[in-house]
Amino acid sequence: MSEPQLLTAVPTRTPFRRRAIRHPGFVLGGAISLLVLLTAILSLFWTPYPVTELNIAAKLRPFSTTYLLGTDHFGRDILSMLMVGAGNSVLVGIVAVGLGVGVGAPLGLLAAMRPGLISEAVMRASDLAFAFPALLTAVMITAIYGPGTVNSIIAIGIFNVPVFARLTRGVSLSIWQMEYVSAARATGVPPLQIALRHMLPNIASPLIVQATIQFALAILAEAGLSYLGLGTQPPQPSWGKMLHEAQTMLYFAPMLAILPGASIAVTVLGLNLLGDGLRDLLDPKLRGGSKRRLSST
Amino acid sequence: MLGYAVRRLAALAATLAVAALVIFLVMEILPGDPAEVMLGLNAQPDTLAALRAQMGLDRPAPERFLTWVAAFLSGDLGISYTYDVPVSDLIAERMVVTLPLALMAILISTAIALPCGVLAARYRGRFADSFIMGVAQLGVAVPNFWFAILLILLFAVTLGWTGAGGFPGFEDGILPALGALLLPSIALALPQAAILARVTRSAVVEVLGEDYIRTARAKGLSGGAVLWRHAVRNALAAPLTIMGLQFSFLLAGTVIIENVFYLPGLGRLIFQAIAQRDLIVVKDVVVLLVALVITVNFIVDLLYAWTDPRLRKAGSDV
Repeated sequence: MSEPQLLTAVPTRTPFRRRAIRHPGFVLGGAISLLVLLTAILSLFWTPYPVTELNIAAKLRPFSTTYLLGTDHFGRDILSMLMVGAGNSVLVGIVAVGLGVGVGAPLGLLAAMRPGLISEAVMRASDLAFAFPALLTAVMITAIYGPGTVNSIIAIGIFNVPVFARLTRGVSLSIWQMEYVSAARATGVPPLQIALRHMLPNIASPLIVQATIQFALAILAEAGLSYLGLGTQPPQPSWGKMLHEAQTMLYFAPMLAILPGASIAVTVLGLNLLGDGLRDLLDPKLRGGSKRRLSST
Repeated sequence: MLGYAVRRLAALAATLAVAALVIFLVMEILPGDPAEVMLGLNAQPDTLAALRAQMGLDRPAPERFLTWVAAFLSGDLGISYTYDVPVSDLIAERMVVTLPLALMAILISTAIALPCGVLAARYRGRFADSFIMGVAQLGVAVPNFWFAILLILLFAVTLGWTGAGGFPGFEDGILPALGALLLPSIALALPQAAILARVTRSAVVEVLGEDYIRTARAKGLSGGAVLWRHAVRNALAAPLTIMGLQFSFLLAGTVIIENVFYLPGLGRLIFQAIAQRDLIVVKDVVVLLVALVITVNFIVDLLYAWTDPRLRKAGSDV
């Protein structure tokens, strides 16, 4: 009598979507990240005012219906600048993380599949890269090639390569030992196909989680470089640059410093929450309940 | 332990050598003619020739590299092009600001993060835990230079308790000098403390689930004794490693924070050197900072192995 009841009580795994909407951090982080992304896309087509247009007559205006978030010392609309700044940050994040994943993940896979010299070389090279903080690398690069968005993105992206190479190698090593991979190797499937068809889908989750976190770090690093004047150059607005300009006006226009900083902090917070949430949702070890209940039957 | 230390020392030397080579390649070979980079397009030919001779650019690159490394090891870092003084003097002068700043930041972040992390682990799942971890989540997201500006806004602009930046020097006494470093070190410490608190919490939570903790409890030890004597002591390895890794972020952080507060430290030196295209100073300071990072991580590795004998045998492959 009790037997069939027990069987029907075995829960199938709760669908990802349902678990996701019950995770407050994931929902909040996802919403913030989506908002920033949409703002960034919108800024490509439309901003309330042109961001490079100076209008000294309307300088340092407070919040109003004409200028929702006021204007800066050149009379530029703060909301428009923040929107374009969002676009700038998202671009930096995408390229820097893309560079890290695009170069780092193949290197990590290669290191996992070819133990020995290649693996050792990749690991030692990434050790070395860890000794160079992103900001110092950027400092070196901008010292020679001059400041600018492209150079700062490259500097931040280079730093991401060892992060993804190490992570990919670490998670691939265990997959490489799995029976289905051994089976594929034994039947003569070419290594590239094994990497793409059998390994990549299984290591995607930790890569996605790490990508979210590195995205946030890239935004922070770019803001720091722009604050120092080494990143995005005027007249193109960026959150870091806006903070730098605002610092001299703290005594009479504190809002100019508060708004761009808050934009950075909220964006990074959103990405971190999203990353933590994804980790909770994608990590099988933390997937609550279902495993225990299954084993008890 | 000795064998492990020797192996790590050899790895340290190799890493330092390769790091120096990378920096040399990036700063001296990639730009083509570094003297031209430093002087710009409108340089006079004779000035250019003089600088080339000073930098030894007429000699082959491998020889230049070896000379530079040998000179560096003997403490001779060359002459700054813009300041016209030995770079070692410049660095020593600026170190007096950066070193106390970094140490104060480490002290502050540890003093905040360790108790908070332990507390959160002790009251796991309750309000104190959620509150501390929520604040930590915010702390990780807030850029330190924005936090620094907010501190200036509150303490200098609104309350008028401190100046908005600058450094009086140690000549007028230690207290005013350290006072000037207080806000900057708090700004530097915040993100570090947030990360450290999270790591401490998860390390203590993990240890609290171990069998020997249950045994200690079963023996009738008080909750405090179990927590501090058994759990925290065994959980310290993870925060220690993170503190080592954070050191590089801390040094990078000083570059920005010193600029926010106009402190005449290494970070500001490197920034000014970039603005003036003084590649000699940039190269030497970068090498020094990278060497510091590598050395600190080496020391942390040794400490780590000392606290956990299992690691001494394991390969360096982590």
